[in-house]
Amino acid sequence: MTVNAGEALVMSGTVERGSFRLEADLRAIPGEVLGVLGPNGAGKTTLLRALSGLDALTSGTIRLGDLTLDDVATDTFVPAQRRPVGMVFQNYRLFPHMDVRDNVAYAPRVQGAGRRQARAAADTWLERLDLTALATRRPHQISGGQAQQVALARALAANPRFLLLDEPLSALDAKTRLDVRAHLHSHLDQFTGPVLIITHDPLEAMIMADRLLVIENGRVVQEGSPAQVASQPATQYVARLVGLNLYTGTLEVATRRVFLDAGGTFTVTLSEDDPTAAAPDGQSTRPVLVGLRPSAITIHTALPTHGSPRNVWKGTVTGLEQLTDRVRVQVDAAPPALVDISAAAVDDLSLRPGTAVWLSAKATETEAYPDPGNHRKP
Amino acid sequence: MTSQDRPPAESEPAQRSRHAARAAQSRGAIPWPLGIPALLAALFLLAPLAGLLVRAPWLGLPRILADSQVLDALRLSLLCASAATALSLVFGVPLAWVLARWQVRGISVLRALVTLPLVLPPVVGGVVLLLAFGRQGILGRLLDEWTGITLPFTTAGVVIAETFIAMPFLIITVEGAFRAADRGFEEAAATLGASRLTVFRTVTLPLVGPSLLAGAVLSWARALGEFGATITFAGNFPGRTQTMPLAVYVALENDPEAAVALSLVLLVVSIAVLASLRDRWLTTGTAG
Repeated sequence: MTVNAGEALVMSGTVERGSFRLEADLRAIPGEVLGVLGPNGAGKTTLLRALSGLDALTSGTIRLGDLTLDDVATDTFVPAQRRPVGMVFQNYRLFPHMDVRDNVAYAPRVQGAGRRQARAAADTWLERLDLTALATRRPHQISGGQAQQVALARALAANPRFLLLDEPLSALDAKTRLDVRAHLHSHLDQFTGPVLIITHDPLEAMIMADRLLVIENGRVVQEGSPAQVASQPATQYVARLVGLNLYTGTLEVATRRVFLDAGGTFTVTLSEDDPTAAAPDGQSTRPVLVGLRPSAITIHTALPTHGSPRNVWKGTVTGLEQLTDRVRVQVDAAPPALVDISAAAVDDLSLRPGTAVWLSAKATETEAYPDPGNHRKP
Repeated sequence: MTSQDRPPAESEPAQRSRHAARAAQSRGAIPWPLGIPALLAALFLLAPLAGLLVRAPWLGLPRILADSQVLDALRLSLLCASAATALSLVFGVPLAWVLARWQVRGISVLRALVTLPLVLPPVVGGVVLLLAFGRQGILGRLLDEWTGITLPFTTAGVVIAETFIAMPFLIITVEGAFRAADRGFEEAAATLGASRLTVFRTVTLPLVGPSLLAGAVLSWARALGEFGATITFAGNFPGRTQTMPLAVYVALENDPEAAVALSLVLLVVSIAVLASLRDRWLTTGTAG
């Protein structure tokens, strides 16, 4: 990986399409894979279209190192065809009337190489991605996983200086996805420019990305390492994705008690580097988020009595969902919670919708962190 | 189903297939208020064609078709229809692309106007062509003054008349295809560095290929059968502007047998066109 600070992809601006508005500030450095995570309609694809030059910004700039790709103020706009971009589209968009080799040879060909030269370049890429056997097949004759690889080869054959991948694995079945993800990961590692991967799959984002950008309702709501985002989600959407119960509430600093917006009170642990602990501006209360893993909650059919400091609250089972290795129990309570327990425990407690239960969670498992305020819709 | 209560008088598979047949029969039953008009319509459309086959002078056919005037008309028809199709492709495809892709106010008015010849009586088409390209027409006079070329009553005039009538068929077919074509492929080509013209040539055109072919065949067939605009604008001079339909019309007065024979030839051509279009045009009824 060559680190070349001059080639970072930096965007700061807005895109308006009809009534939808995307506002984004981002910086992807060379060799970095930046994952863009967000629900459908959040503006992920809009972002990618602006970066690729298929759409123009409404305000702001996009730069790649010293190269200005889009600057509304100076009326500079480099269209897609002249941007050093490599783009892998969601459904790959392999040209159906060309075989795999000609698809990959397309970029060299339209950029001025002769037919023979372009095909030679394509063959090099096909070999590098282990696709040589598919060279003479048409796109409809190859599998989804192979199409994904060919689309990547086609994008790389354009010698791009940054790569954009739109939901690269979403069109694949679960099993293929694992294989292709591994391949994709290793190829992206070799790419020296900035890489942006759009996804709505948190696992994909966690595995592929060095850093995550979470977009909701056209705004960046969280940015950080996958571990940070997973452990301290800033919004309900991310919390649900990573399988956390997320509560908003008000922390009483002195007692470490959080009065939850959804009802109830938790005694919490504050994260080490948490500025709320010190209450810097002398306030005694602060808005916080509380994250609670479904597996950290215990279900009881009677009021639990034993020891250590716990948060205990009462509720009613509203649903049971079989996950691969456990059962996720939905409990309507104040606050409501998702609880993961074993199938055996469901039997033991004879849980079914309507069962009245007690929930408990250790204070040490109940972590509070500052609320950036992004979950509230603008 | 009551089959379970019934004694097993027949084997179960046989019973089941009989039952399935009955269900299919009742699904396929046609109510008579629809069936009778449908039958009459089919007869109305097919009986004249059958009549043509019955009345065709099969024995005299070689003699009639070998007649030099008939051969001239046939050759002229094929030549002019092909030239009109070529002109339609060269100018109509770009226009179809502009109509499909150019998003400006008034483009739908332009689309309606250029496809007007589809519904315009062809004779009127011939009249407006005379007004425009006739020796005294606004454009025709300039053409005459600058180049000495006059179009009316020439073979070139036949081509002009046929193009005027046939090109809209190509335009609507191909325009629909351009509109329906997945823009995603063009965007992919753009991100790979292709200019708009290159995208058009290497991606858009190949993708609409089948519609292009359908549009070309359709406009060729329309040009081949063109009568009204041709006779009005180009006249009816054997060997120069007398195409097959015109020859049929003339022959009907002095040699009915020849008219029938020539009609037979045009019928064969039409059937060939239908056969070549059956996937693209007939089954869907759209320009796809």
